[in-house]
Amino acid sequence: MASAYLDFVRIRFLMMLAYRVNYYSGIVIYAINIGAYYFMWKAIYGSAETLGGFTVEQMTTYIAVSWMARAFYFNNLDREISNEIRDGSVAVQMTRPISYLMVKMMQGFGEGLFRLLLFMVPGMIIVTLIFPVSLPTDPVRWVIFFVMIWFSFLINSQLNIMTGLFAFYVENNEGLMRLKRVLIDLLSGVILPMTFFPGWAKAILDWLPFQAITYLPGSVFTGRLNGAEVWNALLVQVVWFAALIVPILLMWRTARKRLFVQGG
Amino acid sequence: MLAIDVNQLRKQFKVQKNREGLKGAMLDLFKREHTEVTAVKDISFQIPQGEICGYIGENGAGKSTTIKMLTGILVPTSGRILVNGYVPYKEREEFVRGIGVVFGQRSQLWWDIGVIESFRLLRKVYRVDEADFKRRLDELVETLQLQDLLNRPVRKLSLGQRMRCELVAALLHQPSILFLDEPTIGLDIVVKTEIREFLKRLNRDHGTTILLTTHDLQDIEALCSRVIMLDDGRIIYDGGLEELKERWGKGREVQFQFTDPISLDAVSSLTSGLDVRWTKENEVTAKVWIPRELNVSDVLSRVVGSAAEISDIKIFETNTDEIVREIYRTGSPEAKEAVRG
Repeated sequence: MASAYLDFVRIRFLMMLAYRVNYYSGIVIYAINIGAYYFMWKAIYGSAETLGGFTVEQMTTYIAVSWMARAFYFNNLDREISNEIRDGSVAVQMTRPISYLMVKMMQGFGEGLFRLLLFMVPGMIIVTLIFPVSLPTDPVRWVIFFVMIWFSFLINSQLNIMTGLFAFYVENNEGLMRLKRVLIDLLSGVILPMTFFPGWAKAILDWLPFQAITYLPGSVFTGRLNGAEVWNALLVQVVWFAALIVPILLMWRTARKRLFVQGG
Repeated sequence: MLAIDVNQLRKQFKVQKNREGLKGAMLDLFKREHTEVTAVKDISFQIPQGEICGYIGENGAGKSTTIKMLTGILVPTSGRILVNGYVPYKEREEFVRGIGVVFGQRSQLWWDIGVIESFRLLRKVYRVDEADFKRRLDELVETLQLQDLLNRPVRKLSLGQRMRCELVAALLHQPSILFLDEPTIGLDIVVKTEIREFLKRLNRDHGTTILLTTHDLQDIEALCSRVIMLDDGRIIYDGGLEELKERWGKGREVQFQFTDPISLDAVSSLTSGLDVRWTKENEVTAKVWIPRELNVSDVLSRVVGSAAEISDIKIFETNTDEIVREIYRTGSPEAKEAVRG
């Protein structure tokens, strides 16, 4: 059984590899994004030493790391699921002795793994050569970082799955998917680290799952969180991961009753 | 043992109503109205193991909805289903191991990978033993002649090729029940015949129970010992195909072509005393309708024995297509009661 799930990872990985143009353009897009944010932040800093508790160097590293983490956790599961619900092909998948949502998760993982190895690693090397990025030397921090972006992937995929499953309830969840995408980029800390939000906003964001996606792993990796704070950050991720399982299962269960497949 | 046991099965859908105009759209924004549609209305039927059963009906009669409930995709609104001893929607993952499903209009193969890759993946999904898998695959590939297709990606297959691959995909785990939802849709006559032959053989050699929906009545004639006919969510006929023909078959028609122009009165007088009906096709041609109880030869002898000279005679037997079309068209409740098996 497990080997079937692993096969879904493998096949998605190979499929990503088959579409090479997507791959090359992806590298360019990431490089442009990181470059644009780097120059933008440089301009914002001007002569200031620190902003929001970040030095320019820390900020550059943070941006590079969060974009790289994004390469791993980002996927289009919401779109895939909603398309499959709307065109009815979810029905075919349900005639297989395998969990639909687990298969989706595995496919997302295959995609993430592809980007990790073929975007993130070469991208990181290029970025460290061009921009003043300082990566930690402590191997433990590296290990923790990879554990944390694994949870980033899980939490982000869970949010994607929930957004995708909304296709069961509404005729068109396109708007919702866009909203989710912007929310995650904005509130997870890719565009703006959490410390730049005003106090009241930060207090709210502390209670939302978004920061667990980018901000927490980014902060741990750049050394802004240390000692017990690191374990605390990891704990927040684990709690969110566990908490999000509940609404997904509820949605899936009620959705099966509502499932309406085209064609009398 | 029963392969499929369905009791008082019902499925209702809530369908959103879209109100008209700008005002309607605004109202819809805040409060949606729903209408309840009952796709399947309390149907019951039993299918014993090893039977090939045809499930027919017009578009929207509820065929696919029933199949989807039987395969565990949809949850019924009420009623009992037992397939292979399982309640399909409850123990879905365990249950689907024992069934195979082919949807003619949807592929279950992975679009981007080679056919053989899809099969290997399915082997793992269904946890089929490697040796069993090989034996089964060889057998299926041989009978369906897929040797050359195995390494091609699915998206490069023709519809006929794909359909044969779909059958293999549905049968790799040796299911005891096979559900086919319009398996021959869009296929040419050669592939259709091949698939029919294959299904017959599968049923004979492995005793696989087959339930298929189709719009092609030749599928039914070639394969099924039994048909279930659905209309507006209700079963209007359940029984043998021959019986269906007998009950609904409206007798035969004989067309005469005369050498000289004829009148309706003249030809009618030839068969006076017999319960037949004449219609004139053109100046020299007339058709006579003969009910089942009457012998065709009685009518023929009267007409042929008359003074009129005949240049040609044709006998028309009502075929299944016509019978079914007739049932779909009229489908009056009295008639439904009369044919209920």
